[in-house]
Amino acid sequence: MAIASDFRTCPTTGLRVHLPAENLIKANAVVAVVFLAVGGFFGLLVALTRWPAVHILPADWFYLALTAHGLDVLLVWIIFFEIAVLYFASAVLLNSRLAAPKVGWAAFWLMLIGALVVNVAVLQGGSSVMFTSYVPMQAAPHFYLGLILFAVGALLGCGVFFGTLVIAKEEKTYEGSLPLVTFGALTAAIIAVFTIASGAIILIPTFLWSVGIISHIDTLMYKLVWWAMGHSSQQINVSAHVAVWYAIAALVLGAKPISEKVSRVAFLFYILFLQLASAHHLLAEPGLSSEWKIFNTSYAMYLAVLGSMIHGMTVPGSIEAAQRARGFNKGIFEWLRKAPWGNPAFSGMFMSLVMFGFIGGISGVVLGTEQINVIFHNTLYVPGHFHATVVAGTTLAFMAITYLLVPLIFRRHIMFPKLAKLQPYLFGIGVLGISVFMMGAGTLGVSRRHWDIGFADAALSFDYPPAAYLMMGLNGLSGVLAALGGLLFILIVVGSVFFGKPVTGKIDMGGSAGVVAKYGSAGTLKIPGTAVMVAVFFTAFVLYYFVNWKYLSELWPFR
Amino acid sequence: MAVTPPELRIWWKEPVAKVELTWIIVAFLWGLVMFFMMIYWHIAGNQNLSNEAYRIDAATFTKYTQAMVDKYTVAKRTTRQGGREIPIVAPPPGSDVYLIARLWEWWPILQLQKGKSYRLHLSSLDWQHGFSLQPVNINFQVHPGYELVTTITPSDNGEFSIVCNEFCGIGHHTMLGKILVVE
Repeated sequence: MAIASDFRTCPTTGLRVHLPAENLIKANAVVAVVFLAVGGFFGLLVALTRWPAVHILPADWFYLALTAHGLDVLLVWIIFFEIAVLYFASAVLLNSRLAAPKVGWAAFWLMLIGALVVNVAVLQGGSSVMFTSYVPMQAAPHFYLGLILFAVGALLGCGVFFGTLVIAKEEKTYEGSLPLVTFGALTAAIIAVFTIASGAIILIPTFLWSVGIISHIDTLMYKLVWWAMGHSSQQINVSAHVAVWYAIAALVLGAKPISEKVSRVAFLFYILFLQLASAHHLLAEPGLSSEWKIFNTSYAMYLAVLGSMIHGMTVPGSIEAAQRARGFNKGIFEWLRKAPWGNPAFSGMFMSLVMFGFIGGISGVVLGTEQINVIFHNTLYVPGHFHATVVAGTTLAFMAITYLLVPLIFRRHIMFPKLAKLQPYLFGIGVLGISVFMMGAGTLGVSRRHWDIGFADAALSFDYPPAAYLMMGLNGLSGVLAALGGLLFILIVVGSVFFGKPVTGKIDMGGSAGVVAKYGSAGTLKIPGTAVMVAVFFTAFVLYYFVNWKYLSELWPFR
Repeated sequence: MAVTPPELRIWWKEPVAKVELTWIIVAFLWGLVMFFMMIYWHIAGNQNLSNEAYRIDAATFTKYTQAMVDKYTVAKRTTRQGGREIPIVAPPPGSDVYLIARLWEWWPILQLQKGKSYRLHLSSLDWQHGFSLQPVNINFQVHPGYELVTTITPSDNGEFSIVCNEFCGIGHHTMLGKILVVE
């Protein structure tokens, strides 16, 4: 049972904060940021190597750095931060104590040890197998072991989250239904369980294979199950960062969902359909039927995409409603012009929303179209797409909410506020460039995971078109910008956490809660600005989709 | 707010704003369009990845490829570094043509006729590889143990390169092959 001395009352929100929960949130968030720094550094090296004029690393180091980059940012940074988000969305938002903090610490240490073991394996040089570690290419046994430890830790963390939900309900720490943000976090946690189970199903046999107990692993089966982990884990990210969007809109602007019902159903679509996306990685594969590919790649007729398209309206819609309720009612876009663009939590969140939708979302659907995939499979278009979803979408959203977590949870003021204002823009523009230029290079056919687009050491000769070199140069420049933005983030956050002025009393987060009526659209039924934005999005989507069909139709016929 | 429980306990009876409902319907219908577009392309389009595939072992695939090379080699090309010759093979239109992916080459060089169809067999002898035909930009995944059979019809003349776009170890970036298309 929790005792009263385990709690403090937040002067800003009035919530009772369970101190063991707060400590776990801090620990997970700090480790997350450390791995963001490490993984980001490897990413910079990769971008500089792929910049033909710089070409900084030799081939073996390039493949090593690329493997480490994928693991450290896509897995370690994001999952550690998500565990922090889960604890925040359960214990803090529900006013509850955290279930079994000791298990939470066990989860933390397992994840940390697992992450370190994987990093050691990669840095030793014998495990440059890329993030995906496709068989029959083999890594050192402790590479797989580290991943398994990390996954077990993450699973325990999800367990603590579920336990906390049960306790909060039992002890009646809140009234009625879960807050939408917690509901989104719950979506993420449910998908995480599926993801980690898939990971166990594939990584445990692969580990046994690497030590010689199992003799053969089917390459197609490996990809199918591995991506049930690999792609689903991106759906954890989507659910988590959409929840973060809602949270930031609420905390900064007092925004309410336009309709609780619609937003929750959209999350439900994620749980029901997102796991089918393993097929996205198998569209250019032999041995699977077109029927299977079409059904799965479309998430059963695009129902999960529908979920995202709904959030794409409800999140900016709730912001518009909140802004209009406070009087920014002139014309179609006054609410947007007068939004708090100087608040890094808001600007980061809004850029995350726009780039995730316009670039990551549209390119993802196009890429996941059975036939169109043949143009892009394994080209740089693929990393271009997922940098828009995972970096511009998830990472930028997580950076944005960190600007709120530091004063709320770490109880420190943000240091260097002027730089903090600039940081999301710097990082956002860098990532925008990375995504767009990689997609451009991919459209020109440039291979992903490739050290030398000039093929200097090949037995035959080939060169990509000059425009591809331009794209790779611009990608390198964008990588430098994004790295500067990332470095700034780490300096600001680490500086604030350790040396920031302690927070005393209430914090002004920019918004005042409770300005909106009962539900977001009541009283301000019209959200014309959002409707215009959605119409522009839809037009871009349709045009880009059919342009790619046109492009496909010009290829050599094959059947 | 989204960080607090819904203010109305019975939130599922809130009305849905018209603009929201419209967008949900439009987005749902658009999903259907995209779904049926893939099916439509199987009926009306010319670019559909074949569903024909077999399990095969490296030795058997090598044997088939070698037989084709023995029968239809028309010339040889010396590698850039010298010292090695790669056969250029010109099988008759309509026939089965085999292409081996292995560390780190596509073997042999195929010479095809423009506008004629060939049954292209692709398999890997070792790790996974990526068949990336440039500058046409057709990309297939190549697995060891699986043989993909696809009927392909070159529609341009010239020399085309096959890049490997699946990471296959330290020599990955040197893995190149050629398809020559003649009138």
